[in-house]
Amino acid sequence: MLVITQIRMQLRSLFTEIGELSYFTARFFKNVFNRPFEYKEFLRQCYQMGNKSLLLVGITGFIIGLVLTLQTRPTLMEFGAVSWMPSMVGISIVREIGPILTALVCAGKIGSGIGAELGSMRVTEQIDAMEVSGTNPFKYLVVTRVLAITLMLPLLVIIGDAIALYGSYLVESSKGNVSFLLYFNQVFEALEFGDIIPATIKTFFFGFAIGIVGCFKGYFCKKGTEGVGKAANSAVVFTSLLLFIIDFIAVFVTDIFYDL
Amino acid sequence: MKEETNIQDREVVLQVKDLYKSFGDNQVLNGFNMQLHKGENLVIMGKSGSGKSVMIKCLVGLMEADRGTITVMHKDITKLNEKALDILRSDIGFLFQGSALYDSMTVRENLEFPLRHHTDISKDAKSTEQLVLNTLDSVGLANTIDLMPSELSGGMKRRVALARTLILQPKIMLYDEPTSGLDPITSKEIILLMQDIQKKYNTSSLIITHDVDCARVISDRMILLIDGIDYAVGTFKELSTSNDPKIKAFFKQDL
Repeated sequence: MLVITQIRMQLRSLFTEIGELSYFTARFFKNVFNRPFEYKEFLRQCYQMGNKSLLLVGITGFIIGLVLTLQTRPTLMEFGAVSWMPSMVGISIVREIGPILTALVCAGKIGSGIGAELGSMRVTEQIDAMEVSGTNPFKYLVVTRVLAITLMLPLLVIIGDAIALYGSYLVESSKGNVSFLLYFNQVFEALEFGDIIPATIKTFFFGFAIGIVGCFKGYFCKKGTEGVGKAANSAVVFTSLLLFIIDFIAVFVTDIFYDL
Repeated sequence: MKEETNIQDREVVLQVKDLYKSFGDNQVLNGFNMQLHKGENLVIMGKSGSGKSVMIKCLVGLMEADRGTITVMHKDITKLNEKALDILRSDIGFLFQGSALYDSMTVRENLEFPLRHHTDISKDAKSTEQLVLNTLDSVGLANTIDLMPSELSGGMKRRVALARTLILQPKIMLYDEPTSGLDPITSKEIILLMQDIQKKYNTSSLIITHDVDCARVISDRMILLIDGIDYAVGTFKELSTSNDPKIKAFFKQDL
């Protein structure tokens, strides 16, 4: 009986949170079209999120490219299909591994950063101070951050994909006799618009999810410094889960279009 | 006493009637009433957790009261929409307990921030710069203009926060524990600064404090907030010499 009550309470709190997040998202869309737009803060956030995540995304992408190629090579060699390596790596990185891994890395770095920053602003009454001064803190803090990560993530994914493919090429060129031109020629021959466009579109949704969840958790942070830690942590956990759900929906929808 | 009578005759700029606020089963405000007159320094004292900060946050719409009316300069803020409330807020300065300076901005940007929605600071850069400098100068910190809040001491942060609230030249100042966390000397400096500001800008001030010395120096009138109501109203002298056991206990405890 106690277990059922606990499950019921957890489900209730989950649905309450989903409801509040939906309301928060609706508030975002209401504010995003309201003038004046905070250009300066938006550009600052683009720089903070885009430029300052580049190294992490680059290193992650590079290692993924290396590891994927190193681990796949022996199996492909067994089947005498090592020449398929560029196509296989290209498709898997561009379609799936690049977007989801970059989004997960950014959820950890940017999502938790937004949660912690807004959370600490909430508990130190900085958000209240903005409100009292007649400024709309939602527009200044939330709209700019969500838009910045929504636009920056696709760019980070593209750069991460390119670096991952370069990492893969380095392994291939060291193990086999493959030139840079030949490797990338094979990669792009295997890729179609049907691979690139849906993969890029879904990264906008990934970025939006990272931004909106991070902002939501931070904006409504409670219970002092302990709450700030919780906001940052739950922003990452909730976003990661949401990213996989969005990914599944994106793949499902893309599959329907392929079938048509 | 003559001055007291004069203050009571002045226009009421802020009025609270039958304010109720609870958090779950915890009834924090239980029908609180108050009036702030033009040019008056009204101090509200009460024990920790008595609802002082909740009350002051209700006054600027940061918290929603369960029941009651709050009239600020003849406008009932509980009935205002977001836009009208923002306009009204430009006439109210709020000094937060922890200063609440924006960490990621310099002192200059902190002061410019409230101006963004009330003036075009990009078109009027020179006059904005001058206004920021003059306001910082009025709190004695013009030399900190390009520093970050993390580079300032507690007292300096409080002064900059005060300058930030003054930049819009508010008609009403709300102070939430202005001297808390400060050493006695800095507290005294802040109290003197509050008095200077009142003279210079002719503001009406509502001060929430635990600090009996602060109340003694600055108050024209005092309200004791006990059990969620305005338990006692009067001058510092009247209240501190009262024979009411609850008031006596309160002053004994604090003094």
